[in-house]
Amino acid sequence: MTPEHLARLRKAQAALTPIALLTKLSDGTQFLFPEDVVPGALAEAAEKVLFDDKAANVTLDGEAWFLQPHNPPLRMIVVGAVHVAQTLAPMAAELGFAVTLVDPRRAFASEERFNGVTLSHEWPDEAMEALAPDTRTAVITLTHDPKLDDPALDVALKSKAFYIGALGSRRTHAKRAERLKELGHEDATIARIAAPIGLDIGAITAPEIALSILGQVVARRRGK
Amino acid sequence: MSEDILGTAAAWAAEGEQVALATVVETWGSSPRPAGSMLAVTASGRMAGSVSGGCIEGAVADVAKQTMQDGKPQLLDFGISDERAWEVGLACGGKLKVFVEKLG
Repeated sequence: MTPEHLARLRKAQAALTPIALLTKLSDGTQFLFPEDVVPGALAEAAEKVLFDDKAANVTLDGEAWFLQPHNPPLRMIVVGAVHVAQTLAPMAAELGFAVTLVDPRRAFASEERFNGVTLSHEWPDEAMEALAPDTRTAVITLTHDPKLDDPALDVALKSKAFYIGALGSRRTHAKRAERLKELGHEDATIARIAAPIGLDIGAITAPEIALSILGQVVARRRGK
Repeated sequence: MSEDILGTAAAWAAEGEQVALATVVETWGSSPRPAGSMLAVTASGRMAGSVSGGCIEGAVADVAKQTMQDGKPQLLDFGISDERAWEVGLACGGKLKVFVEKLG
């Protein structure tokens, strides 16, 4: 590995950017994905390695390559410091997510209600732009309030977040989809939003709803 | 990766040490360390991380010294039968491939 490759790899790690080290095992030739331009098949395999967060061996044109992901921790951005969020945040932390809770309403997003959770009191679009969701980020909106949920979803849909979910009934979501369309999003893009949010496990209580959401997040993450 | 092997390797290089990196690239059976596990070694004998439960680190470090001298990366095969594995410490009977490269 050249010192230059090592420096770039460590810079990406420090910036919490997913990066994969691609090594040709016959001669030690290396690339960093996605920073370097690499052949299509190699790029595809590297993309998968980052998504699966698991190293892999691939053979391309008779050459053996080792692809190693260097991923930042999984992140979850939760918009809405509501009751469900109070159980969702600690459960998500157990599953390995670094959780950031966004709600400009300080009475909701208080230290007392969310002990130990990273809080942002910015307006959701500003918070979301600063947090810059990537392929290792799940975005969940829980407020039901278009003023708060819509700006967050607008930014999420422009990102590569692996999961976007929004709490609300089918009717609420239909209206939400109309508004997002007016913001310029295509139907196929809006279809990325899991809504009504969560797996259908008949959840009623706040912890049950949190469980159904997290079950869906894990399923999406594992490609199910 | 909980241990920052690359960070350690970078720090050693910054101190002027010659460094080699070993990475587990493939495993069969129940090897103790998964693919991607790393070991950094210096020409002066410092070591960080691991590529096994401790049984092949010595052999890997020997090859690493060679790689630091000639700059040629090596792909090592540790295919160990179950009985032999027990003797050298790979109690699991695992097999693994380790890629060794010079930093520089």
